[in-house]
Amino acid sequence: MKIPLSWLREFADIPSNITPDQIENAFVKVGFEVEDIYISGADLTGPLVVARVAAIEELAEHKKPIRYVSLDCGEGSIRYVICGARNFTVGDLVVAALPGAVLPGNFAISARETYGKTSNGMICSARELGISDDHEGIIVLPTTSQIGADAIALLEIKDAIIDVAVNPDRGYALSARGLAREIATSLGVTFRDPALVDYLAGEKISSSNCVQVRIDDPSGADYIQIRTLEGVNVRNETPLWMSRRLEKCGMRSISLAVDITNYVMLELGQPLHAFDADKIDGTVVVTRTKSSSEFTTLDNQKRTLVAGTLMIGDDKKHLSIAGTMGGLDSEVTDSTSRIALEAAHFDPISIAKNSRSQRLSSEASRRLERNVDPAVASVASARASALLLELTGARLVGESSAGAVGTPRTITFDPNAISQLMGYDYSSDQIHSALTAIGGAVEIKSPGSWLFTAPTWRADLEVLSDLAEEVGRVNGLDLIPSRLPIGKQGSTLTPMQYRKRGVGSLLAHLGFSETYNYPFVSPEMVKTLGFVGPRAASFRIANPMSEEAPLLRTHLLPGLLSTLSRNLSRGAKDVALFEIGTVFRDLSARPRVEDISTATRPSDATIAQIYASVPAQSLFVGAVVSGSLDRKGWWGSGRTFDWSDAIALAERIVTETGNRAEIVQSDLAPWHPGRCAEIQIDGKAVAHAGELHPRVLEELNLPPRTVAFAVILSELPIVPAATATPIRTMPAAIQDISLFVDRQMPSAKVEAALREGAGELLESIALFDRYEQSGATDEGKVSLAFTMTFRAPDRTLTADEVSGFRASAAAVAVSTCGATIRE
Amino acid sequence: MTLTSAQIDEITSAALVAIGSATDLEALKEVRIGHVGDRSPIARANQALGSMEVSERAEFGKVIGKGRSTINTAFEARQKELEVERDARVLIEERVDVSIAARRTPQGGLHPLTLLTNEICDLFIGLGYRVAEGPELESEWLNFDSLNIPADHPARTMQDTFFIEPLDSRLVLRTHTSPVQMRTMLEEQPPIYVICPGRTYRADELDATHTPVFSQVEGLVVDRGITMADLKGTLDYFARAIFGPDVKTRLRPSFFPFTEPSAEVDFFFNGRWIEWGGCGMVNPKVLRAAGIDPQEFSGFAFGMGLERTLMVKHGITDMHDIVEGDIRFSQNFGSGLR
Repeated sequence: MKIPLSWLREFADIPSNITPDQIENAFVKVGFEVEDIYISGADLTGPLVVARVAAIEELAEHKKPIRYVSLDCGEGSIRYVICGARNFTVGDLVVAALPGAVLPGNFAISARETYGKTSNGMICSARELGISDDHEGIIVLPTTSQIGADAIALLEIKDAIIDVAVNPDRGYALSARGLAREIATSLGVTFRDPALVDYLAGEKISSSNCVQVRIDDPSGADYIQIRTLEGVNVRNETPLWMSRRLEKCGMRSISLAVDITNYVMLELGQPLHAFDADKIDGTVVVTRTKSSSEFTTLDNQKRTLVAGTLMIGDDKKHLSIAGTMGGLDSEVTDSTSRIALEAAHFDPISIAKNSRSQRLSSEASRRLERNVDPAVASVASARASALLLELTGARLVGESSAGAVGTPRTITFDPNAISQLMGYDYSSDQIHSALTAIGGAVEIKSPGSWLFTAPTWRADLEVLSDLAEEVGRVNGLDLIPSRLPIGKQGSTLTPMQYRKRGVGSLLAHLGFSETYNYPFVSPEMVKTLGFVGPRAASFRIANPMSEEAPLLRTHLLPGLLSTLSRNLSRGAKDVALFEIGTVFRDLSARPRVEDISTATRPSDATIAQIYASVPAQSLFVGAVVSGSLDRKGWWGSGRTFDWSDAIALAERIVTETGNRAEIVQSDLAPWHPGRCAEIQIDGKAVAHAGELHPRVLEELNLPPRTVAFAVILSELPIVPAATATPIRTMPAAIQDISLFVDRQMPSAKVEAALREGAGELLESIALFDRYEQSGATDEGKVSLAFTMTFRAPDRTLTADEVSGFRASAAAVAVSTCGATIRE
Repeated sequence: MTLTSAQIDEITSAALVAIGSATDLEALKEVRIGHVGDRSPIARANQALGSMEVSERAEFGKVIGKGRSTINTAFEARQKELEVERDARVLIEERVDVSIAARRTPQGGLHPLTLLTNEICDLFIGLGYRVAEGPELESEWLNFDSLNIPADHPARTMQDTFFIEPLDSRLVLRTHTSPVQMRTMLEEQPPIYVICPGRTYRADELDATHTPVFSQVEGLVVDRGITMADLKGTLDYFARAIFGPDVKTRLRPSFFPFTEPSAEVDFFFNGRWIEWGGCGMVNPKVLRAAGIDPQEFSGFAFGMGLERTLMVKHGITDMHDIVEGDIRFSQNFGSGLR
């Protein structure tokens, strides 16, 4: 909320020499963040004085009528100035800028010759002083102003406008009254509560002949008051002092009646609404809509009211959406002569619902949903009535009310418990004075039992910890000492947390860059990538950042591919990216959980329901590579990171977790249908890797042969520690074997066959050569060459033994893979 | 064969001359055959000892032994000398320009958010905390209601929430990692010491200082006798570990529905106070919702945005750099080796 310092000074004795920094620190100390302090009038310097128009000489010989004005500036002699405005007469008090003054826009005032006369100063309009956009004429001051007085002070031109962030539990602080109390408490200066003033002292009040009021829905309001005024002339202009303050608070002057209610709301925090009393049929009632209906609000919007909307109505119709916005039909207009002024204490939740269902956050609803002081409703109404009497010539007819302001809450507490919670030993006096400084009352029943009566505006104070917060902030949180608690012994990462770190390090060391991509995906991307089944089971965000990308990712590839594009478009040539992140798939029906109380721990069954209402979310690592991770340079050529690198790396991640991977040919989109591997553990897919589909790459404008892999980290079982194999130190014997197999035969299968046949002394086997026959005889065959290393634990193997192993390996390959051995 | 001492001397001198005049290792090899090896005069003289009178053998043996040792010593010395010469020449020929050494593998890197998360987790593991994680797509009850943020409370609109269709699914993208705290309290009994890192979501437009997808780290302690002083001490420790030993912190009173009292924590860095995060003593209502007796236990909680922490720590001026995934950004931080 924006509030001018000048307004706070009315209620708090703030030192006259306070600096903006000191203002900010004072608010911050008691828990109010200052978003901005703006010094108004900084670009204006005087002399700027109140002057009386002594005489006017009309100069008619110019293109437009010009006045040569004699001014009494309280200097003992008369000043003459030229003026183009005509909205004043002899005897009016005006604002004169005297030579030496500088007006906003670096406009220096000096004596000058113009229209054949000497002008010794300037009569100012509001716009020329930078205090409003009004340039209709010059400012005419109230007759009570003192001739020769400093107009800068009078008009509060130089002021600090403080923009204070008010937390949602502090509705009372959305007012000059509330903020003045806070800064007074913080600075330890006197606060004068404007809610204690009797604004209608001496006014005769009758309860007959005035608009009556009734509460039909007590859950919506506990108190409402209507004051009726007659003989109102709202065509009068809003006085400058009032419109100035409204503008400083960021509100525009609209009309006198509205300005008065707004002014009082800003001052006391209580939203008020003025109805044209002649448009009310019978009694004003607080009620709720029973079904959906239509209603036109004063912003000329036809609105649909949902059932249960809290309303103000009369015998026949709706008058306003309670605490939110008035109706067009009962609005005060220029012809209004009787006003019914509403002040109520509404239920904050009902107002929040009103505001939410109408998507309408008004100055009134913003305060009422944060809870305003129920005791200030009648005071604010009195203050507004007094202003209406003064400024519109109104007469007070009377008042009626319904309901009652509740009694303040009391809390019995042990002051030591506050010290225990805060970790600082407060003295009794520190606790006592903090709780009274905020407006509460404290009665000491015994040293360990104090009775606190909460101020009416502090509905948020309910239990001891609320009081502890008040004691803490009023005394300053810097009092609290620093102590480091130590938790449980034996804390460590979980295996999955270690896995995440390990996979990240592995890829980073291999030359991959980690990214964190937004999980928002467009339906087009889902289509382009050919996702079907579980990967098309996306959750949709109801209110996405962009309507184009409302889906939650079911896979890491969409984000990685977009980021790859961005890198390439910025000129990168070799790009290897990875992400470790969660994906979201809407795969199974989940229980719906409704309105579970938070007063106590829900039952175990309910907790299980809540947990089951949340979909399982898998942890993936995904990577894309375009270009090479083995670069060319002065040493020679590089090598493109291809499908086999992608598959090998995905497999490496799976096997390094201690799991046994099996690679199976796959054709999963968006991979190339002939260059995609599915990696399985016990027949279950845990990863896919390979080259991406050329059509997908083309559609996404990515380079050909871009490769990718994705491993479901949360699907890889956590394997207990590996069992060590004794290291054999006897000499190794190497045997190579070359064989022809059908082109469709996976080499992994051939390798497995050889491994099976080679026996337990086989130490390792590796494919070292592969080529496809182009000759006519072996069409469709492929030649594979493996090298096998044998080693015995206890002896040197003989040549005969080793060639026997080779032969039995070959035999299994022949029988299970249809291989022909090349000798 | 008869030998005289003079002859031995002669053989020795001849060998020494030959060794001395060999100018490279090849020549020295020849000298070895002629003057040092098995067929050299001195070796043959030694073999002749056997045919001598026993009475002469001992004395003469000494003479020959002395000669052999002189020759061998000279030979080995020269061999070494010539090897050093050769090495010096060859190694100079093999000199390379070491400044052109290049990594053929490009620089990879972990995202600094990962590095920071790991650093923070390790820090708190050292204080006896467990790292707790939870789902990003979360139940409204765990994200809001159970944390004392009822529907229709203005606090609920403080956080621009992403809701999931249909709205009665009651699922949201978590707006903070606090639901992990609630899950922890529902799942285990105090004492609880957890640190909760993770991705969080709020519908803010991406600009230089905001991003709709961001990272948080929250801490939760619930134990007997936990006070606001414990909170302050923990935050002091945390801030110093991340920003350096001279960093000061301050608590500013604030409001969060799930803590009471609540505060904002700022730290003083490079000459100014910087807003770091929110914190406070766990609201008794929250403890009760989790089935923890607030009469017996108290707790504190705190939460920080990691992007903000990162920006201050590393002088990052634009949020776009953190979220866009440009490889030059992560590469700059490397794999976290130190």
